[in-house]
Amino acid sequence: MNEENIIEGKSDYQGSKMGMWLFLFTELLLFTGLFLLYSAFRSRYSGEFHAGAAELNKTLGTLNTVLLLTSSLTMALSIKAIKNGQKKLSVLLQGLTVSLGLLFMVDKYFEWSEKIRHGIYPDSAELLQRGKGETIFYGLYYLMTGLHGLHVIAGIILISIMIKMTINERVHREKFVKLENAGLYWHLVDVVWVYLFPVFYLIS
Amino acid sequence: MVMSEEKKEHSFYETQGGPAGIFSWILSTDHKRIGILYLTAMFSFFFVAVILGLLMRLELIAPGRTIMSATTYNAVFTVHGVIMIFLFIIPGIPSGLGNFLLPLLIGARDVAFPRINLMSWWFYITGAMVILGSLFTGGGPPDTGWTFYVPYSIKTGTNVTLAVFGVFLLGISSTLTGINFVTTIHRLRAPGMKWFRMPLFVWSLYATGWVQILATPVLGLTLLLLMAERLFGFGLFDAAKGGDPLLFEHLFWIYSHPAVYIMILPAMGAVTEIIPVFARRTIFGYKAIAFSSLAIASAGYLVWGHHMFTSGMSDMARMVFSFLTFIVAIPSAIKVFNWVASLYKGSIELVSPLLFTISFIFLFSIGGLTGLINGALATNVYVHGTYFIVAHFHYTMFGGTAFAFFAALHYWFPKITGRMYREVLAKSACLVLFIGFNVLYFPMFILGLEGMPRRYYDYLPRFQTDHFISTIGSWILAIGLAIMFYNLIGSIFRGEKATSNPWGGSTLEWTTSSPPPRENFEELPVVTGGPYRFGKGK
Repeated sequence: MNEENIIEGKSDYQGSKMGMWLFLFTELLLFTGLFLLYSAFRSRYSGEFHAGAAELNKTLGTLNTVLLLTSSLTMALSIKAIKNGQKKLSVLLQGLTVSLGLLFMVDKYFEWSEKIRHGIYPDSAELLQRGKGETIFYGLYYLMTGLHGLHVIAGIILISIMIKMTINERVHREKFVKLENAGLYWHLVDVVWVYLFPVFYLIS
Repeated sequence: MVMSEEKKEHSFYETQGGPAGIFSWILSTDHKRIGILYLTAMFSFFFVAVILGLLMRLELIAPGRTIMSATTYNAVFTVHGVIMIFLFIIPGIPSGLGNFLLPLLIGARDVAFPRINLMSWWFYITGAMVILGSLFTGGGPPDTGWTFYVPYSIKTGTNVTLAVFGVFLLGISSTLTGINFVTTIHRLRAPGMKWFRMPLFVWSLYATGWVQILATPVLGLTLLLLMAERLFGFGLFDAAKGGDPLLFEHLFWIYSHPAVYIMILPAMGAVTEIIPVFARRTIFGYKAIAFSSLAIASAGYLVWGHHMFTSGMSDMARMVFSFLTFIVAIPSAIKVFNWVASLYKGSIELVSPLLFTISFIFLFSIGGLTGLINGALATNVYVHGTYFIVAHFHYTMFGGTAFAFFAALHYWFPKITGRMYREVLAKSACLVLFIGFNVLYFPMFILGLEGMPRRYYDYLPRFQTDHFISTIGSWILAIGLAIMFYNLIGSIFRGEKATSNPWGGSTLEWTTSSPPPRENFEELPVVTGGPYRFGKGK
C-alpha cells in the first residue's frame, strides 16, 4: 500500500491491523487485571483456592478447551480459504467456528447451572457459610468466566457478521482484513480461556 | 492562497449529498464535524457543572445550612466532579480540538478510522445521557464523591450503578479515540512529515492516545467490579466476605492517575503550538518537549499510590511512590522551562491566545509545585483530604487544562469557524477569569493548611472569612466565563470573516481555508522541514 493510497483514504491494510492489535491490547489489559486480582487473592487464601479448584468440573472444562482450540483452528483455516478464493469453504469454516463457540456456551450453561443448583453463586447463603476463601474463589470464577463468556458471545456475533459479508463478497480474496481482524479477536478469546482453564480448574 | 467567496461553497459546513439537517451532523464521519459535536456537547455539560460548582460555593459562603441539606450537598459535589472529569476534562482537548485538528496538522484528509470516530462520539453521548439519567431516577444522584470509594459506594441507596455504567461507556469512547489517534499518527502523516517534523500538539496527542489505550481498561474493570458488587454481591471489596476495600482504591487510582495526564498532556501540546506563533520564533527544545510528553505518560503509570498515602500502605511502598511522584514532576518542569525560553527574546505579540497561555503557565506551575507538597510523605499527612488538595487539583485541571483549552479555542477559533472574535472582549475575559480564579481557589490552600477538610458541608467559624472570599471569587470567575462565551458564541454568527492564516502560523492547518473544505486540503501537502519556521518578512 503506498503512501498516496493511505493518505487519500483508501484502504490501509497495515493501519487496520494496527488498530485491531491496539484494541486487543486493551482487552488483554482488562483480563490481565483480573488475573492479577486472582493471584493476589490466591496468595491470601491458597488452601481454599486449592479446594475450590478440585470441586470444579474438569471434564466440562477440558471439553470447553477442546471446543475453543478447535474453533480457533477452523477460524484460521477460514482465512486461508478466503485468501485462496475458496468462498464456500471459508463460509463453512466460519460457520463451524460459530457452532463450536455456541457449543462452548451450552457447556458453560451446564457447568454454571450445576453449581447454582448446589447453591453456589455470589452472595448465596451456602457460599458465604463456606468461608471467605471459597467466597472469593467462586466470586472470581463467576466473574472471570462470565466476562470471558460475554466476549465469546461478542465473538460469535462478530463472526456471524463476517459470514454474511463473505457471502455478499464484501470480504473476498483481495480484501479480507476484516476477517483477519475478526480472527484475531477470536484467537484472543481463545488465549484468555487457555489461561483461565488451568488457573481455575487444574492448579490443585 | 485562494480566498474570497469561493471558500464558503467549499467549506465543510456545507452539506454535500447524504442525509440532511441534523443527521448530516450526528451521522457524519467527518472529523471536523465530529470535533464540533464533541465541543458543543462538552461545553453544555461544562455549563451544568459550573452551575453546580457555583451552588456549592453558595452553600459554603457561611457555616451551617445556607441553601441545601447535607445529603444534597454530597450529591452536588459528586455530580460536579463526575461531569467535570469524565464529560469535560478527560475528553476535552483530545476529542474536541484533537479530532478537528489532528488530520489538518499532519496533512491528512481524516483520521484512520472515521466510522469508529463517530462511534466514539455516540458512546460519549450515550454515557452522558446515562449519567444524567442517574440523577433523576432510582435513589437519586450518587453521593459518594467522584471517586466512588467502597464500602460506601456499595452500601448507598443512590444511583451509583447507573452512574458508573455511564462512566464505563465514556471509557469505551476514550479508548477508541486513543486507538484512532495512535494509528492515525503512525499511518497518515503527509509525505515528508517525519516523526521529528510533527507539530508538538501531535506529539502530545500521541502520548495521550497511549495513556487512553493502556489506562482506560483498568477503569473499565474497576467499574465492572463495582457494578458486580452492587448487583450481585461478589464480595471482592467486602472484608466480611474475604475481599479487600483497599483493592478498590488501588484499581481506581491505577487508571485515575494516568487520567490526569490524559487531561494535561494535550493542554501542554496546545500551548506549545501557540507560543512559537506569538513569539515569532521556533520552539526552544523541540525534542525535549516531545520526549518529555512520552516520559510523563510513562512515569505517570507508576505514581498512583500518592493518592493513598494515608490508607495503610507499608512505609516502603509509600516511599517508592513519593520518590516516583517527584520524578514525574521533572518532565513537566522541563516543558515550563522550554516555554519560557521560547518566549525569551521573542518578538512578542500579546494577543488573547498568548494571554491565556501565559496565565496557564503561571497557574499550572502553582498547581504543579503544590503537587510536590502533596507528594512529600511528611506534608501529605497534613494536607490529604483537605482543601489544600482541592486547590491543588483546581489549579492544575482548571488553571492548567481549562485555561489552555480556552487559549486553544481562541487560537483555532478562526480556523474552525471562519470568523474572528472580538479581541477586547477576549482580553477582558482573560483578565476577569484570572482574577476570579485566584480569588476563588487561592484561599483554599490556606483553608487546607489550617485544617478545613474537603467535601465537608459545614465548618468551624474560623474558616468563614476564607470561604466567603472564595465564594466571591466564584462569582467573578462566572462573570469571566460569561464574557468569554458571549464573545466566542456571538462571534460564530457575527464575527468578522477570517483569512486562512490570521495569526501567521506555520503549521499545516493554516495553509488551507478558514474553515477548511470537506477534504481538508485541495492538494495534500508535501513537508520539507520542521513545523515552526518564522523567517523575516513572513
